[in-house]
Amino acid sequence: MRWKTADIAGWGRAIRARTELARPERRRDLAALALDGPAIGMRRSYGDAPLNGGGRAVDMTRLDRMLSFDAEAGLLEVEAGARIGEIAAAMAPRGWLPAVMPGTGFATVGGCIGMDVHGKNHHGAGSFGQHVAAFDLATPDGPRRITPEDAPDLFRATMGGLGQTGIVATATLRLKPAPSDVIMVTERRVEDFDEHLATLDAAEATYVVGWIDATARGRALGRGIVEEGETGRGLVPARGKARRVPVDAPGFALSAPVVRVFNEMYFRRVPASGRTLVKPIGDFFFPLDRIHDWNRLYGKRGFHQFQCVLPPDRGDELRAIVEAVATSGLASPLAVLKRMGPGRAGHLSFPAEGWTLAVDFPNRTAAAPLIRRLIGKTVEAGGRVYFAKDSLAEAGQIAAMYPELDDWRRIVAAADPDRRLVTDLVRRLDLRGAA
Amino acid sequence: MSATWIILGGSSAMARAFARALAARGDAVLLAGRDLDDLAATAADCRLRGAPMAEAVAFDARDPAGFAPILDRLAETEGEISAAVFTGSMPPQVEIDADPGLIDGVVADSFTGPARFLQALAPLIEARGRGAIVGLGSVAGDRGRLGNYVYGAAKAGFHTYLSGLRNRLGRSGAHVVTVKPGFVDTAMTWGLPGMFLVAAPDAVAQDILRAVRRRRNVIYTPGFWLLIMLIIRHVPEPIFKKMKI
Repeated sequence: MRWKTADIAGWGRAIRARTELARPERRRDLAALALDGPAIGMRRSYGDAPLNGGGRAVDMTRLDRMLSFDAEAGLLEVEAGARIGEIAAAMAPRGWLPAVMPGTGFATVGGCIGMDVHGKNHHGAGSFGQHVAAFDLATPDGPRRITPEDAPDLFRATMGGLGQTGIVATATLRLKPAPSDVIMVTERRVEDFDEHLATLDAAEATYVVGWIDATARGRALGRGIVEEGETGRGLVPARGKARRVPVDAPGFALSAPVVRVFNEMYFRRVPASGRTLVKPIGDFFFPLDRIHDWNRLYGKRGFHQFQCVLPPDRGDELRAIVEAVATSGLASPLAVLKRMGPGRAGHLSFPAEGWTLAVDFPNRTAAAPLIRRLIGKTVEAGGRVYFAKDSLAEAGQIAAMYPELDDWRRIVAAADPDRRLVTDLVRRLDLRGAA
Repeated sequence: MSATWIILGGSSAMARAFARALAARGDAVLLAGRDLDDLAATAADCRLRGAPMAEAVAFDARDPAGFAPILDRLAETEGEISAAVFTGSMPPQVEIDADPGLIDGVVADSFTGPARFLQALAPLIEARGRGAIVGLGSVAGDRGRLGNYVYGAAKAGFHTYLSGLRNRLGRSGAHVVTVKPGFVDTAMTWGLPGMFLVAAPDAVAQDILRAVRRRRNVIYTPGFWLLIMLIIRHVPEPIFKKMKI
């Protein structure tokens, strides 16, 4: 297998690392690479999770086939490089959908496992890993099947396990039966923080998410639009053609006044009385995927995303975080608020019962100190930040956020004793510890 | 009614992308090659993406004796039969310099093996009076270069063969497309120095499908290679022989 040296970055493009990459196209090539470095996929994590500076990584994106589907049980076996959006597109006409889909269809199944991702239905469906029936780890002797029944510890350590237990070669997903030609979306304005939380709390739809105007202050603090969606049958409206951002945008493109005006217009787009739309499912689940390389809108310096989850009774602390974001004038229009359920599949899974807030910040000088402050507030409030987004947390903050860290360390130390699978994120946060 | 495609060299990244594109539009595919385990995975993928039939069949360009079962199988298939050839091999020129015997394999993989198969398939396609043959050539076949002239020579032979086959099959209503890809992002080019403007296999697959639909004769993919090769083909030999490109 030939190795290619490349400067790669996560989706945020604020951190880069020179990494040697192998990209197997056949499964038998993978066995030989099983111990050479961690697996990476489409690099849709924002920070340093998909990087291994000065080391090696195995690019899984060419092992992306769907291998079998058992329509009785709804079990789909896929190679780990398969992208969620392609699975949804192929299976929806048969009346099935991945039970959990993250906000981009470009995420690979391996990435969804490594981050135990969640979707707009987390309050009801739980996390991605809760719908994984089995997976195969690549080993030098060939694949080794792992199920929650036979190897519960290793299974849990792999869900949200940041690729540290081995290279996932294939996975069997429990799909959900759903008539899914289209999605009916109801959009409603919420005028302030309290109404936003109350509306999200009361929402009963399968898919629920809130867009939050992270520039609104004072009485309008926390205003936004709550979207509720249900899949159904119907005539599919044509999906617009995908477009591409051809160049890095200049810095003023997302300056505070521009974002304020944009957010005002985005908010007013939905009539005060609300509205219901019929959309192609991709437009609802992966709204930004139609704009390829949209991360270039943040310019050469890239951007950071802050995402936290706070316990359900920590509304006041959440308000303080939103306030800090709003008064900073640093936020971009991309900001999301969601009510999460308790579902999680691994020791290091991000989801927890409560409120999750995600905000993008262009990588300006003031952004990193602000995000560090927000991480501090998160820890104090008994919450946690999401490894898929993080690039600024510190090692000392992790144990408080992830109480099962020690259990995970023990299992991972047995699975990868020579620490061949460590990534830049794992090093920065000392996640593997001394175990 | 949908067509049945026989895809030679079905494990290559371009072949895989092309097979998926065919599956998505409802065509049946037979994936032929040596790595049956890999081909079976691609076949399963094609079935889930919409192919009414997708199967792996054993094919080795260097063993024409093994072609018969595939040809029999195709003869039993009803409706339109089409073929796409993605086979080829390109050992580093230094290895060929050390062992000239390697030339036979390169020529068999890139030219004579697929040519023998197509020659046997041609009467069947003629009899059906429709269908397409897609042959993967290479920009390397347009001119002999220091770095890969054995591979280039085999592909040049294949180009000429396809041109003649086009002349023949056009009379029956079938069609032959010669595809000359530039640099494509595959295992063959991964990590090689000097790669530029590398195309994604999916983009190449879409280019090929369009060429089949429009009954194009010869295409470069991506299209700008037409210009690059126009220039390279016209560099006078006294100058070209001194160039290192």
